[in-house]
Amino acid sequence: MMVDDKNKKKFDNPHYAKREVIGPDGKSFIVDPMNDYFCDARPKVHEPNIIPAVEKFLNWARSKSLWVLGFGTGCGSIEIPPLITPRFDVFRFGIQMRPTPRQSNVFIISGYLSVKTLKRVIRSYEQMQNPKYVLALGSCTVNGGMYYDSYNTINRLDYYLPVDVYIAGCMPRPEAIIAGFNKLKELIREGKGEGANLYAKNFDWYKANQKKIIKDWNMPDYNW
Amino acid sequence: MKSLIDKLGKTFDIKDIVYQRPNLAFVTVSKEHVLNLITNLLDYEGFSHFVLLSCVDWIEDNAFQLTYFLNNPTLKIDIAVRCFIDRNNPTMTSAHHLWKQIATYQRELKEMYGIDFPGSPGVDENFVLEGWDNIPPMRREFDTKKYAEETFFPRPRNKTNDPKEYMKSKMYPND
Repeated sequence: MMVDDKNKKKFDNPHYAKREVIGPDGKSFIVDPMNDYFCDARPKVHEPNIIPAVEKFLNWARSKSLWVLGFGTGCGSIEIPPLITPRFDVFRFGIQMRPTPRQSNVFIISGYLSVKTLKRVIRSYEQMQNPKYVLALGSCTVNGGMYYDSYNTINRLDYYLPVDVYIAGCMPRPEAIIAGFNKLKELIREGKGEGANLYAKNFDWYKANQKKIIKDWNMPDYNW
Repeated sequence: MKSLIDKLGKTFDIKDIVYQRPNLAFVTVSKEHVLNLITNLLDYEGFSHFVLLSCVDWIEDNAFQLTYFLNNPTLKIDIAVRCFIDRNNPTMTSAHHLWKQIATYQRELKEMYGIDFPGSPGVDENFVLEGWDNIPPMRREFDTKKYAEETFFPRPRNKTNDPKEYMKSKMYPND
């Protein structure tokens, strides 16, 4: 079928192929981008500190450092600029935006999530540092919202990523998002912000769900 | 507007003329003459701005309707050229040589309706749907609700009560 040829072409991308390259010093070496650039080790469960008081202190400290990845998926991303500007100013709660997943630990899924975006979201989520948290905005992430019967948007986010806090609304106001952040802080202080561990524990289930809808899976299973 | 349509009517076999507004008209021509007509409009009538290319699925008539929407920036008038193509063999001549952006529209139509435009740049590449292996989703025989329920793990709906019946049973349980 025509569609199969289409995908075949994508998987045979020459940038991903294993090949021999001659370096500037004249020596040749093997390059295998899929294995060299990514670590395909499975995620590990991070055990809490054996001293409860230390773990409690760490959780308190974690709740004070929420660094949000600047990634807008749906219409809710328009609610983020008022949050970080003087009117609502979440910086006073210790929350700030970062441009790259390596520097952040909170992922805001802001609204509907198409399958194409989900692929990018998974890659970004897996590159974030542990412990990491997911905030899901709007009714689209809860049950699909007004896109419940769409061919291209997911219905339940918690089948693909571990969600810590849902913020209902279409769209939630910045006040609601601040309330959601406060709820997330409470959860972290109580030691319930275990999204990354949940993801590591149920890794196979999450991967099966993700691969069910992402048909052209051309990336490593876990690209930390 | 009317004089323009009359002028075009001398050269082309134009049917179903609809004057939607004083500055907008819809005309229908056969599949073979669409490109001749829009090339004529571009070269001689000053319709230099290409607005959009859209498609409607007339499943009952077994046809796709393509609409080429052109704008004349000097006279501030629009003309929409329609044509019907066979739904079983949806192939249309590519018009990307007239306006570059048509290639993007054609790529989208290929993915959403399965209409082929041979020779259009990148027409076989993924546009929005990556790795789509079903029938094109904007075709009307595609049941999007059924597909979503099978694919996306729908959350069970909460039980809802009819307010009138519920309040009646609460307030007058013996009635």
